[in-house]
Amino acid sequence: MSTREYMLGNVAIARGIVEGGGQVISGYPGTPSSEIIGELAGMKERDFYVEWSVNEKVALEVAAGAAMTGVRSVVTMKHVGLNVAADPLLTLAYTGVEGSMVIIVADDPSCHSSQNEQDTRRYSQFSLIPCLDPCTPQEAKDMMPYAFELSNKLQMPVIFRSTTRISHGKSDIKLGSVEKTRPAADFRKDLERWVMVPKHARVQHGHLLELQKNILEELENSPWNELELNNDPKTGVIASGIASVYAKEALIREGVNASFLKIGTFPVPENKIRILLENSERIIIFEEMEPVVEEQVRIIAQEMGSGVEIIGKRDGPVPREFELNTDVCRDVLAEVLGLERPVVPDEVTEDFDYNACRLELPMRPPVMCPGCSHRASFHVMKKVYGKDAIFPSDIGCYTLGIQSGTVDTTLCMGGSITVASGMYQAGEKKPICCSIGDSTFFHTGMNGLLNAIYNKADITVTIVDNRTTAMTGHQPNPGMGKLATGEDTVEVSLEELCRGMGAEFVETVDPYDLEKTEEVFKRAKDYKGTSVVITKQLCVIDAKRSGIRRDPLTIDTEKCTGCKICVNLGCPAIEFNTEIKKASINMMCTGCGVCALLCKFDAISEVKK
Amino acid sequence: MSAEGISEFDLVIAGVGGQGTILASDIIGKAAVKENISIRAAETHGMAQRGGSVVNHIRIGCELGSMIPRKGADVLLALEPSEALRYMEYLSEDGVIIVNTAPILPVTVTSGLCSYPDVDEIISIMKGNREVKAFNASELAKKAGHPQSMNVVMVGALSNYLPISAENLLECVRELVPPKTIDINVKAFEVGRDAIEQ
Repeated sequence: MSTREYMLGNVAIARGIVEGGGQVISGYPGTPSSEIIGELAGMKERDFYVEWSVNEKVALEVAAGAAMTGVRSVVTMKHVGLNVAADPLLTLAYTGVEGSMVIIVADDPSCHSSQNEQDTRRYSQFSLIPCLDPCTPQEAKDMMPYAFELSNKLQMPVIFRSTTRISHGKSDIKLGSVEKTRPAADFRKDLERWVMVPKHARVQHGHLLELQKNILEELENSPWNELELNNDPKTGVIASGIASVYAKEALIREGVNASFLKIGTFPVPENKIRILLENSERIIIFEEMEPVVEEQVRIIAQEMGSGVEIIGKRDGPVPREFELNTDVCRDVLAEVLGLERPVVPDEVTEDFDYNACRLELPMRPPVMCPGCSHRASFHVMKKVYGKDAIFPSDIGCYTLGIQSGTVDTTLCMGGSITVASGMYQAGEKKPICCSIGDSTFFHTGMNGLLNAIYNKADITVTIVDNRTTAMTGHQPNPGMGKLATGEDTVEVSLEELCRGMGAEFVETVDPYDLEKTEEVFKRAKDYKGTSVVITKQLCVIDAKRSGIRRDPLTIDTEKCTGCKICVNLGCPAIEFNTEIKKASINMMCTGCGVCALLCKFDAISEVKK
Repeated sequence: MSAEGISEFDLVIAGVGGQGTILASDIIGKAAVKENISIRAAETHGMAQRGGSVVNHIRIGCELGSMIPRKGADVLLALEPSEALRYMEYLSEDGVIIVNTAPILPVTVTSGLCSYPDVDEIISIMKGNREVKAFNASELAKKAGHPQSMNVVMVGALSNYLPISAENLLECVRELVPPKTIDINVKAFEVGRDAIEQ
């Protein structure tokens, strides 16, 4: 049987967790990290516990508690999730763990699906917790068992940083053997270690600083840092994580012979850096985002009194924003080494100058699906609250409502209700109606609602409840009555939750029913205090999967006046023919019926069979 | 071009979220592993999938990173004509473009904000000194039994160029598509393979 398989990076990481003998795995979905738990929860046979937690702080604490008992735990999240979990993270560095604990954080340079480009290695520096930085999906898998061992040896958590191109890359993966031992949970009381009152924290902080020497020693000689010295001492290249494969390819393509230090850990391997500094005249450093390695190299060079020229992001030319790739690395090499390189414009090559050929490509932004109920909710919100109203929003599929004029702010997970409250408390007189999804509400939105109610914010909170965590790939949440593994559990009622927090105006409505939705929003707008409107309708993707079939619609060209009221919904299934000035409905229609309700000329009806 | 010591064959697949670009690259990736060839791929997931523009990079016989440099791809496989033009920058000077001529109008066009360029014009622009294999794969997919099998029609067409045997690719089609649709997809692969002559 072949031991090589074609795998998604996140599936390879999940395999690494199995090979390393992971026992408790928690996490909150977030692109590009979500498939790790998705893969583990979907396994038919498993000898570990896996859960979707309600947010990253909760998830990290669940994994921490597990590791305190002596088992091997893992927590997964995207980079911004670590901000939510930063509170326990920084103190967990003091307490350490008994078994082992790996904190998997997936960064998203270039913001493919994120609100910022933060670099998790900074958290490693900040928390004094070591960090592993794989360069390929294969290395990511291979690093997982090592991460468990390292954590156990150091008795502290280890951060494992992936990036979009690792997590959502695919590769042939050579499988390894599976760890069979399973340490049993056995929490041993030790107040000085587990209870971080000031007296104990002061001691543990000193202990954490002491531990740094051991961490450095362990990582220096780990297989993830590799130094190849070249006989020609002119140029040394240092590359961290995924940047190392781009830098390698750039060197091959440019025909440059350089010493090469591949870095896969933080703290960085100081001895290897010293050796490279001693053997080079100049050093070029490639790493995505922050100059974390570069800063360390500069410190080491200064300590050595080295006059080696260090080239990175400080004075350019390596960019501090966006992903790196082979082209960027080649451009840097060409600039630094004075190599000839054809100038390639940013977006298009000379041969394909769209302006010259007078062809302009239409933008193709991601949009809400045909029939998505968020479109209906937003349509009514806009109609009732008016175009002057303020619509703070949140993070999920509904952020795509930016096209419909109902997303005025997006700050972070759970940042809609709170931002709305702040605007109201500032004295803003315009109507304020914010929107947040069901999963985001359970994540950190509910704290914001509690605060709004408690502090008497006169705003409307719309929970756009599509019964899933749609944007990240349909993970279950506490409102759905299902666990990560598909097992049944209690279905938490949003209405009762809101009422329990003191909300007196709580109404649930089907957003496809435009008339009723409008009536509810009107009352919510008139209500003095915090009103909650839950627009509840199954995500269209889930509806299709669960076998719900609605008849698609068609437009009677005779009756269509070309008023565009349906077109303005922005549904991908509705097209407008500018020549005959008529709307039509294409094959993507899912039959939600919202456009038919809007049409004043009775031109839209179900396709006759 | 894919360069020696780096990659044997570099392929870019462009399309629209929902067209099945990921299944197309999975068929190729799995087939490469069957032939014991190393493979690297990069995909668009998440936010960009909701009807947005998507691009996959696939490097066959590659041990380095998954991202193909500009002007590096041997073949650009485009499931939609305007998306072919959008990712032209990745194709090498003497690369081959295999393009489905059936457009999918983005919402910016259906709502009248932008206009969609003439498909014949897109193709004539791409021609230059490159080989362009343009055909209506969506139409062929319908004939094969289902419009959704367009991605497999395109993989069939591509199979004329890949350093992987058609038998292995077909086997992976059978393994990866829903069991009920195997016959349709096998037919789709075959009509795609016959649609272009190398």
